[in-house]
Amino acid sequence: MSRQLVQRLVFTVITLAAVATVMPIVLVVGYIGWQGLPAISWEFLSGLPRDGMRAGGIWPAIVGTVYLTLGTGLIAVPLGVAAAVYLAEYAKDNRLTRSIRIAIINLAGIPSVVYGLFGLGLFVLFLRFGTSIVAGCLTLSIMTLPVIISTAEEALRAVPQSFRVVSISLGGTKWQTVWRIVLPQALPGILTGVILGLERAAGETAPILFTAAAFFLPRLPGSPFDATMALPYHLFVISTQVPGMPIRIQYGTALVLLVFVLSMMLIATVIRSRARARRQW
Amino acid sequence: MNQPKIVIEHLSVQYDDGTESLRDISLEIHANEITVLFGPAGGGKSTLLRALNRLNDLVDGVRLIGKIYLDGENILASGVDVVSLRRRVGMVFAQPIPLPMSLRQNVTYGLELAGVRHAGKLELAVEKSLRAAALWDEVKDRLDEPAVALSGGQQQRLCLARVIALEPEVVLLDEPTSGLDPISTAKVEVSLQEIKRDYTVVIVPHSVQQAARIADRAAFFLQGQLIEYGVGQDLFVAPKDQRTEDYVTGRFG
Repeated sequence: MSRQLVQRLVFTVITLAAVATVMPIVLVVGYIGWQGLPAISWEFLSGLPRDGMRAGGIWPAIVGTVYLTLGTGLIAVPLGVAAAVYLAEYAKDNRLTRSIRIAIINLAGIPSVVYGLFGLGLFVLFLRFGTSIVAGCLTLSIMTLPVIISTAEEALRAVPQSFRVVSISLGGTKWQTVWRIVLPQALPGILTGVILGLERAAGETAPILFTAAAFFLPRLPGSPFDATMALPYHLFVISTQVPGMPIRIQYGTALVLLVFVLSMMLIATVIRSRARARRQW
Repeated sequence: MNQPKIVIEHLSVQYDDGTESLRDISLEIHANEITVLFGPAGGGKSTLLRALNRLNDLVDGVRLIGKIYLDGENILASGVDVVSLRRRVGMVFAQPIPLPMSLRQNVTYGLELAGVRHAGKLELAVEKSLRAAALWDEVKDRLDEPAVALSGGQQQRLCLARVIALEPEVVLLDEPTSGLDPISTAKVEVSLQEIKRDYTVVIVPHSVQQAARIADRAAFFLQGQLIEYGVGQDLFVAPKDQRTEDYVTGRFG
């Protein structure tokens, strides 16, 4: 075989490989959109479920997912960013730091259903929060923290060291330097990590299964200590637990969840690319 | 002669791995003069500069032995307020490093850190320090542009202005013109002559020629030791030590 032929063959194969990785996402989005779009109506988006969820809308599940995502952000973002600042700016290379790092890596490797069981044990039962938004948010926060911490730490470390030295040499304290130079410069990277982490939280079923999700609750949650419906769990329920479920509604729900998660991803991408264009280093 | 501004007594700088970058240095630095620290690379000049505002503190495993008196106060003593020391002893680095903000903000950054909020005061400081750094005329209409938009030479003069804005007592410069073309270099040297009227200037020059051009006093460093220290042109015209002579006449380095 001539070298040119080999070259052409290899090129074809790797191109196909690249295309193949794109196919699933195209197929998933396309198929869900195709099947789900007919279900979408104002009533479906803004109405309460009726007839054992076989008719009506998914408004409580949408609201529940928004609450859970925002609540998780409220807890996980300050905690995660603070931890990242500690690790990137303050931590010396010692036993404590190393064990924190190992803990974070291990936290990221835990299956989500285990988080769910842990949340059930700690937040729902031991702390007596009951099956509630609070318990769900806390559980999702623990799951999201590793993502937020590691992306935020990476973003902080990417800020050139010389900026820190200059700020210190101009009479800045360590904290002034972090607050005025390092954090603002790292913010787009941190935001990207935050959104990606929350996006995962929004789509997860297992962690809220025992901690926050209600099987069927045809009203909006009234307080953080109420249980709530949520899109991923609702999808699970109507796909497996309810006989005689119109398939239209399942795909409609899946489409709403998909759009919710993908638009978070899109926002993250936009923030990142705009920041990159504006960056001065 | 009045009191020296800075008195260095038996200063040694050692590292955790047992190496040493300065050995038993004693030196007096006078106000309103340009003191030049020169010699081949690795001689400890930058280390000495960074000892004068305790910037070595940022590096792990560095130990400073000896005493450095600034107006009679030992700045190496424990309990010294390092943050206000760095306000009194400013530093310009070899590479111009504008902070990622506007020109104006670069100049006011240090003042704002120190708690100056008064807009008029900040405004005044911007003009005054940019003038002192011989940059005002070139940038007065573009103060709100990002500082990175400036040329390298302008950036370095901005870094000088940023230090002057703090009205420090001592200005340290570590090869400030090493990345600049001859014209920019000349502008920086002119502004050094200006600022020495108000401040004490300590500089590591980027060449022997520059050292000879600007020195009121010069100290020659070789492998961590102070070989010779003299007034004005003495060191360049009539060095006492053979090693100094070899270096200034270009026989090595």
